[in-house]
Amino acid sequence: MSDLWGGLTQAIWLLVTLDADLVEISLRSLQVTLTALLIASAFALPFAAFLVVRRFRMRRMTIAVLNALMGLPPVVVGLVVYVFLSRSGPFGVFGLLFTPSAMIIAQVIIIVPLIASIAHQSLRELWGDYHDLLISMNTTQFQRIQALLWDGRRALLTAALAGFGRAIGEVGAIMIVGGNIDHATRVLTTAIALETGKGDFALALALGFVLIALAVTVNLLIHRLSHTESEGRW
Amino acid sequence: MQMFPLEARQAIVRRKGKVLAGPIDLTLQGQGVTIVIGPNGAGKTSLLKMLHGIARLHSGSLEWACPTVEARKRQSFVFQRPVMMRRSVVENIAYPLRLIGVAKAEARQRAQEWAVQVGLGHALKQQATLLSGGEQQKLALARALIRDPAVLFLDEPCASLDGRATREIEEILIRAAANGTRLIMSTHNMGQAQRLADEVIFVLHGKIQEFAPADQFFTGPETKQGRAFLRGDIVE
Repeated sequence: MSDLWGGLTQAIWLLVTLDADLVEISLRSLQVTLTALLIASAFALPFAAFLVVRRFRMRRMTIAVLNALMGLPPVVVGLVVYVFLSRSGPFGVFGLLFTPSAMIIAQVIIIVPLIASIAHQSLRELWGDYHDLLISMNTTQFQRIQALLWDGRRALLTAALAGFGRAIGEVGAIMIVGGNIDHATRVLTTAIALETGKGDFALALALGFVLIALAVTVNLLIHRLSHTESEGRW
Repeated sequence: MQMFPLEARQAIVRRKGKVLAGPIDLTLQGQGVTIVIGPNGAGKTSLLKMLHGIARLHSGSLEWACPTVEARKRQSFVFQRPVMMRRSVVENIAYPLRLIGVAKAEARQRAQEWAVQVGLGHALKQQATLLSGGEQQKLALARALIRDPAVLFLDEPCASLDGRATREIEEILIRAAANGTRLIMSTHNMGQAQRLADEVIFVLHGKIQEFAPADQFFTGPETKQGRAFLRGDIVE
């Protein structure tokens, strides 16, 4: 109990004094995860819409695999990305290992299936509504995807936020490919793991509270900016 | 460009092994209002969708006087349950124009004019899904007419609407027909059929039982089923 209390007070103290290290790793957490989220969404959302409007062989299979990949273990993703990016690996020449870029790559791989899967689920319903109309209006496949992405944007936001949640709290993969190097690749989650290992529970808890606060704030902010709760039913 | 006559030859629409409509042999000329009538489940919707080209033909053929691609561009369809896009009223009506590359400002301008014409001038910015049933159907009409189609298909557009909304929609339809739009419409309402029809297609079990000028059909249907249906009997 005293650890929790100590953690809370220390968290507040760190926040009030705007502790330089805390600010640095929080910003890096945000930077890595938001970049990964942007890249992942740019792939996953159009792909989800494509899966909805396009009939092709292996479509069901693709969707099933996508759903299965939602449960991709981060540690394994980290390991595979590590092998690819390591000096002796195929992409070793780029020197990306133990940089924020490597962490972004790992997170993108982890959240693309998640975002695509959730997005596909909600776009499929929307397509059920729109199907007859858009076919009747002689739309091209591209126009159909456009209409789904635009009119389904609220639901897609939820998908993206789920991806954000998974990425910001993820530790296994970025620990491996980032290396938790101070002032280079240390983020909130890896710092928590480190402090816990060192036995500094108060600091670890403080960082944990900051992480939760950060996740909640970003979610609220995005909802606020997109008026999710204020207009209509969607 | 000449679109008519539209000729269907032995056209069949099937779904999951069940014949929904057909075999249909039909020649439609380019004038007036054609009303499709028949009991529930007779295949009115399937027939309309077949003629419009959104129900894939299982066999047979459907030919316009011009290439099908051209014909498809010049027809619209109004569904029994109007599909409201999750956008404002103006954006819904403007959407067909945006699809063919009309600039945003001009599309909105023309959509507003249409909204006023169908009596939705008060609700331009409102979300379309929040409109009442009658208003949604008027929106669907404006959206279908904004590209100035040569042919307009309507699938029971007034089902589940009250008298006033029905009259307003009929007025829009009569105006469209007067402007030269070919109307092909199914309905349940015999009064409506008599008010609007130039010719009547009577459908039963997915097949066309009778195809005749309106006055001829309403005064003396040739088939037994047609007479029974006009009397208001249950036709099986």
